[in-house]
Amino acid sequence: MIKAKPKPMEEIIDNVKGFSKLLIAGCDGCVTVCEAGGLKEAKVLAAALRLYFTQGGKQAQVDETSLTRQCEKEYLAQLSDRIDNYDAVVSLACGCGIQYLAEMYDKKVVFPGVDTCFLGVNEERGLYSERCQACGRCILAETGGICPIARCSKRMLNGPCGGSEGGKCEVNKDIPCGWELIYERLKTLGQLERFETPTVPKDWTTSRDGGPRKIVREDLRI
Amino acid sequence: MSAETPSKLQRMIKAGHLAVTSEVGPPRSADGAVIERKAELIKDYVDAINVTDNQTSVCRLCSLAACIRIKQMGLEPVLQMVTRDRNRIALQSDILGAASFGINNILCLTGDHQHFGDHATCANVFDLDSTQLAMTVRMMRDEGKLLGGFEFEVRPQMFIGAAANPFAGPNVDIRVARLAKKVAAGVQFVQTQCIYNMDTFKTFMKMVVDRGLHEKVAVLAGITPMKNVGMAKYMKNRVPGIDVPDEIVKRMGGVPKEKQAEEGINLAIEQMEELKGVEGVRGFHIMAIEWEEKVPEIVKRVGLYPRPQLAA
Repeated sequence: MIKAKPKPMEEIIDNVKGFSKLLIAGCDGCVTVCEAGGLKEAKVLAAALRLYFTQGGKQAQVDETSLTRQCEKEYLAQLSDRIDNYDAVVSLACGCGIQYLAEMYDKKVVFPGVDTCFLGVNEERGLYSERCQACGRCILAETGGICPIARCSKRMLNGPCGGSEGGKCEVNKDIPCGWELIYERLKTLGQLERFETPTVPKDWTTSRDGGPRKIVREDLRI
Repeated sequence: MSAETPSKLQRMIKAGHLAVTSEVGPPRSADGAVIERKAELIKDYVDAINVTDNQTSVCRLCSLAACIRIKQMGLEPVLQMVTRDRNRIALQSDILGAASFGINNILCLTGDHQHFGDHATCANVFDLDSTQLAMTVRMMRDEGKLLGGFEFEVRPQMFIGAAANPFAGPNVDIRVARLAKKVAAGVQFVQTQCIYNMDTFKTFMKMVVDRGLHEKVAVLAGITPMKNVGMAKYMKNRVPGIDVPDEIVKRMGGVPKEKQAEEGINLAIEQMEELKGVEGVRGFHIMAIEWEEKVPEIVKRVGLYPRPQLAA
């Protein structure tokens, strides 16, 4: 799932301090799971902003809500009858949701309330880590189910580099060496021959490098 | 080592001599004379001179320009090329440019992560990795083809090298397997990470020989003389992928400060003498970091001077 973290309060205040009617819009999707932008976080942020305005002696209205998903027009439409009551919206959705909200209500000022970080897993509550960079052409079949693009700091396809030590990455001792994980997994699976076969240069066109991406599923389109 | 090139380094190895290479680190300025001064210091004692490519991710005068300078001094450069900073267009373009000046040796590296350097916030490229760079050079040389499929006539005549680090994790097996992979990608010589742990290195070499890899790739043993005990400790604790056994730190620290440099040179020479007898070792790569002036002494004392002359 998409992982995000709340933006620093000072940054949000800096963006909204000139407005007096604000809507904090959470999202019930990914950002709720990682506890960065659901209804609960929207309430907390709204309360904090009300306090900020009250302490500054300013009259301001700060309301909160949460939408089923901000990455779908049908759910964004839930705001259509009330969005005009506000000068600005702080969206706590991921970068996709924030943009889609702004796209749908194109005259409304929309601010981000979270930093969208990566596609990852919930290791534990409050501990999320990256697993996928959405390169658009999955190679997990060749790499023992562990992605070197997401998990090697140099996204090497023929690792590990000479800087890995004790199973840790040269960039940071808290990062496991992705290629060591791959090697060990291939060994467990009895597929070490895969390790010695050079992987040819990757076609990155399906990744970020090919420009903004789109999936067109003719089978699903009416 | 199948494909033959005009590389002097390759011919030296093929003739059965223990090859000697060393390196020159370009300056962090436009002062090209620095390269000439450093190259002058070592030129009569080595067969080829590596030029590092923004090593440790610190921005410096470029490897290609420095190699051209060395070539124009009548010497034999080894173009180090990392994939961190350039995509496949730029890499292939630089290879063609290098070949146009008669540069015949390339060392294919992925490169340190920029996290270590003086531009830690920069974007990285890593479009290819070192193994893929070697495959690319081989394709350009042997098939006259670019990765994009374009075919051309005048091919780069490159002796293809890479790095090997027997001391990085998690075990020696994976390091031998990775060397095998690089050989499969076209690598003809490797220069190893600095050797301090002789036992690990010998284990590595035995596995290399048992698999017959030593017949396909020339292993040049990496030697870096220690300047003092501080350097030994720094290498042990701070540099990823370097294994300095405690007894070496102890030995460096066991002599008075003013004698430590000499002890470091003695240690390097003892190691080289021992490595001469290790099957599969085809020469030495001396990385005397900002200590190039010591290369002549090391080469002389280890009995590898004068360098053999090859027929033109």
